[in-house]
Amino acid sequence: MTPLRYVRAADKVDALARVSSGARCLGGGTNLVDLLRQNVEQASELVDISRLHGAIQERDDGGLFIDASVTNAALAAHPLVRRRYPVLARALLAGASAQIRNMATVGGNILQRTRCTYFYDVDGARCNKRQPGAGCDAREGFNRYHAILGASDQCVATHPSDMCVALAMLDAVVHLSGASGDRSVPLADFHVPPGATPQVETVLLPGELITGVELPPPTDAMVRSDYRKVRDRSSYAFALVSVAGGLALAEGRVREARIALGGVAAKPWRARRAEAALIGVAPQSDAFVAAIREELADARPLSGNGFKIGLVERTVVAVLTALAGARA
Amino acid sequence: MSIRVNDTEVPPPDDARVSLLDLLREHLHLTGTKKGCDQGACGACTVLLDGNRVLSCLTLAVQAEGREVRTIEGLAGANGELHVLQRAFVERDGLQCGYCTPGQICSAIAMAEELRRGDPSYVTPDIAAGPAAVTREEIRERMSGNLCRCGAHNGIVEAIELMLAETAA
Amino acid sequence: MTKLQNAIIGGVRAVLGQVPASWLPGGTPDPLIDKRVALGGQQSRIDGPDKVRGAARFAAEVAMEDLLYAAFVHSTIARGRIADLDVSDAEAAPGVALVMTYRNAPRIGVPPPIGLTNLKAAGNHTLPIMQDPEIHWNGQVVAVVLAETREQADHAASLVRVRYDAAPARTRFEEGKASASTPESILVERNRLDKGNAGQKFAQAAAKVDGVYTTPWESHAPIEPHAATVAWRDGKLIMHDATQMIHATAGSLAKIFGLKAEDVHVSSPYVGGGFGAKALWDHQILGVAAAKLAGRPVRVALSRASMHRLIGGRTRTEQRVALAADADGKLTALLHHGYGVKPRHSVCDEGFSLTGRSLYACESFDIVQHNVELDLLANSFMRGPGETPGTFAIECAMDELAHALGMDPIELRRRNAATRDPVSGAPHSQSAMMEAYDLGAARIGWYRRSAEPGTHRDGEWRLGMGCATGTFPFTRMPGTSARITLDANGDAHVASAAQEMGMGTATVQRQHAADRLGLPVDRVTVTIGDSRLPFASFAGGSSQTASLAAAISAASGKLAIQLMRLAGNDTPLAGLKPSEVEFADGGLRSVEDPARHESFASILRRAGRGELSAIGESGAPLEVLKYSMHSTSAIFCELRVSEVTGEIRVDRLVGAFDCGRILNAKTATSQFKGGMIMGLGMALTEETLLDERTGRIMSTSLADYHVPVHLDVPDIDVLWTDIPDPRTPLGARGIGEIGTTGVAAAVANAVFNATGKRVRDLPLTLDKLL
Repeated sequence: MTPLRYVRAADKVDALARVSSGARCLGGGTNLVDLLRQNVEQASELVDISRLHGAIQERDDGGLFIDASVTNAALAAHPLVRRRYPVLARALLAGASAQIRNMATVGGNILQRTRCTYFYDVDGARCNKRQPGAGCDAREGFNRYHAILGASDQCVATHPSDMCVALAMLDAVVHLSGASGDRSVPLADFHVPPGATPQVETVLLPGELITGVELPPPTDAMVRSDYRKVRDRSSYAFALVSVAGGLALAEGRVREARIALGGVAAKPWRARRAEAALIGVAPQSDAFVAAIREELADARPLSGNGFKIGLVERTVVAVLTALAGARA
Repeated sequence: MSIRVNDTEVPPPDDARVSLLDLLREHLHLTGTKKGCDQGACGACTVLLDGNRVLSCLTLAVQAEGREVRTIEGLAGANGELHVLQRAFVERDGLQCGYCTPGQICSAIAMAEELRRGDPSYVTPDIAAGPAAVTREEIRERMSGNLCRCGAHNGIVEAIELMLAETAA
Repeated sequence: MTKLQNAIIGGVRAVLGQVPASWLPGGTPDPLIDKRVALGGQQSRIDGPDKVRGAARFAAEVAMEDLLYAAFVHSTIARGRIADLDVSDAEAAPGVALVMTYRNAPRIGVPPPIGLTNLKAAGNHTLPIMQDPEIHWNGQVVAVVLAETREQADHAASLVRVRYDAAPARTRFEEGKASASTPESILVERNRLDKGNAGQKFAQAAAKVDGVYTTPWESHAPIEPHAATVAWRDGKLIMHDATQMIHATAGSLAKIFGLKAEDVHVSSPYVGGGFGAKALWDHQILGVAAAKLAGRPVRVALSRASMHRLIGGRTRTEQRVALAADADGKLTALLHHGYGVKPRHSVCDEGFSLTGRSLYACESFDIVQHNVELDLLANSFMRGPGETPGTFAIECAMDELAHALGMDPIELRRRNAATRDPVSGAPHSQSAMMEAYDLGAARIGWYRRSAEPGTHRDGEWRLGMGCATGTFPFTRMPGTSARITLDANGDAHVASAAQEMGMGTATVQRQHAADRLGLPVDRVTVTIGDSRLPFASFAGGSSQTASLAAAISAASGKLAIQLMRLAGNDTPLAGLKPSEVEFADGGLRSVEDPARHESFASILRRAGRGELSAIGESGAPLEVLKYSMHSTSAIFCELRVSEVTGEIRVDRLVGAFDCGRILNAKTATSQFKGGMIMGLGMALTEETLLDERTGRIMSTSLADYHVPVHLDVPDIDVLWTDIPDPRTPLGARGIGEIGTTGVAAAVANAVFNATGKRVRDLPLTLDKLL
């Protein structure tokens, strides 16, 4: 880790000023401190925003506004989240460990970086994300955890967050502040595919910071929702694939379907094609299979992750089948 | 601002890179808190920060300014008698080499509080209602952030059950 | 091992076969087999209170004035030489005291390799360390940075610039197989075994199976990273180390640095998990060299990444096992051929092909293993070396054979249980494998298992049960010694440079010494973990308890003689020979007339002695050459496999062990369970990722190398036959490693029972079951 200065943001304005002059935002530090220590990232100044007001507020329309500095643990334990957006609570609780969830913030979780082992090996491996143009050792190397959707020749890394998969499914909106004012971006559009510039991972501009996340008023498919994470260990491991699903039925047909996938792309993957294919169909296994196959039609497996296509399909079908059978 | 460690105020380090873990071990010689991986993957460095379990390896010491840190050395009673969970670990042989042990103990003490609050876990059947019963599955999921390589898992779970039973009684 | 050694060992075996049992160690069964007071109990580990308080002090936790922190720079090529080194930025970085490279490192010797002939050697490889610009593996240390703080050292290490001239490197297993070597010996056994025309018997057999089983590179992954705190004082060396070979490390360091043995002091009272990994590797030697060069104490505490670059793990293996049986299930041929990686500079044999030589009665054998010689970090011993991968292959094959015969897998073992060593014909010292099976089968409820795979299900889960045999040989190391000191109160103090890394060494030997000396345990102390104490061999090969027990027993014998001499004629014991007295009630008494007794305190008081000491030693382990001495176990597993995701959830493990007598039921249970959980990790998730393009290990964190978490570990039942081995001290055989063996096969066999899928390639990750 290079020598650095640490300052605690007095307020949002102070944080913004420091970020716009080059400081890195420090939330819980559960990813950034590790990246700095391993020299994957460098910073000359850290501005700690974890003690800025962190609240979860219910809005008049029934939605929630979650400050960026709210911890993963606090969000997962919140009664309204558990009742109205169970998929989010489940996704949070599937992530990391209790200790890390006590530290990690919502903002930091969104901005966490890939766990690709070549990305982490600063001395010994090539990585276009770390060093644009260097090459990618993962493409022909260990890529069991890597992307099957939306990857590029330059980068096949996945985004490791569980929370973001649920947020993408829930139509969450990320609130940003910068020198030129505030703006908001749907979470599903916040992360960008790698393309030719894998070092660019989100639409966050230099000098901008995440101030919070807004959840829309819960729909039926948000309330009847679940998150299933498939991994090598039964706990405390990153996802091979994960599925956030929500389903609402009317008169024996699907009225509303929500699906997002984790572990398959550089971003939480909202499966809109599959969702569209499900509207109006009878909630049965063959319809679920057909819908997710449509979503996976563009999947491009690598040498070590071809199993993910079938695994996503089966996990999605299992999640939707369970939701269809669940008593609302 | 100072950091309160086991009821004693200590100054923060000059170098902002110093982790809370290294502050404890290298500066304060409180070596009961263990460095297992230094990257948030094993739980050996677990301490209580304002009562919540956190990883001291991923916490910069300066992040703990103005906060209260409790370590394994701060769990025993004033006259040195072991915490009920420490006793249970010895009794149920919830340890072998002893290196993950302080982290397991700190983690479990905070876990008991999370259970008391009714916080759910990933294996809680009804996420809205919270844990209805403290099953072994609940304990195991909640303790999964603490690795043990000697394989003391059964003894650790039994020791935690013993603590939960004793404190409930 | 060479042909010569093969001939010598073969010759000694032949001679000992004719020698009466009574001439050998263990010729007379240890009286403590039956006379147990503390032994066999449930004593909690004596270091438990310190460990749960965080007061047990580990190697990286020793405070020293003026301490410098070390950080390593590792090579990024597998073979070649350093062409250019630029350390100027690192040297100029804040807090840096020294940058050491091959250019300025002290000239030092090569570590003497671990072996069975030199008990003071601990080296895991035979390469020079930082003496030249040559690179032998990807990850070798090319620079050591010392700085005032850890943060400064780590940062400065990132500023060292190295350019290499790379040479072609052999890093691919498949390619290396073609030029693999075939050693004469594996450990102390002749490698090639060809007996009874196995090829022909296999061809003619009524039933046969023939499969290739693969196990991956694995890492010990102790939770305590390797560490040493080192200081030179007046030309003498002090090292606080995390090691399971204290004296061997001290002896090696003396040799490497040209010191007298007594000028090297190694202290290692607690080791935070070893499993074979806590030996002498480059980091300690480099730390000592750097401390010498800097003239200040140094702390070396490896990062997880450095551990993976410097501490070798268990080699991957590829094993073909072919079994043939007659229609009744009697084995007629056992063929076991395979490959493991053993770089030329490595000293550790992964003797997986030894497993099948003692396990079952069989008419014929065709066994040999080959070393793939790659340009990699030296492989090393990891818990249950040889038998751990070996039992995976053989015990899966046995399950396949049972299935092919339509026979219950336990019944197949029963029909092939050996009554003597199937190769040498030597008698067993004690063996009760089928009693272990009967215990385990009853406990798990084996009757519930359906022979037809895929029969039982619960929702998306398919349920199955499997079993497998585990095995590990008995070893007792010569040279291990112990001093017993009786104080004026008649209390006993045992000292030996033995090692504690979670086994409960001091706890168990305190029970032992108490029973041996006729004292209650609270009048016995045991001190271990320091090279200033009497010599002890390594904690490895599951040998430490037996070796130390033999030493304590020998010391007690000498003590009795000395006490009798001191007691003189004014004692109730007057006129008795040492062979006519025994330890009892804190003193000695006549065997014939127990009323004739005098306490230690009384004897010492009358003789005007404040204390009395005797040192005893574990002698040559000739018994292992006369008898076939192997522990066995029956491992049972009950699990579920998701039809949706291929995920495996192990619901229950049962291990029934035939390891002689159990000395402490509580700590033994823990050790068996610990071994089984390592086997569980091997079965389900553990795999070190070696990128064969570069020879670089890519799974360098505990987030990438998946050891079992709490939720992976089910309730485990441990049982034992508790039948004493009459040829061993205390009737016990080692228990540290056998727990790991057989588990992966039991899991894989249960997966087959659940799903009908036979996966012969570890770990059993979900993608292999989709």
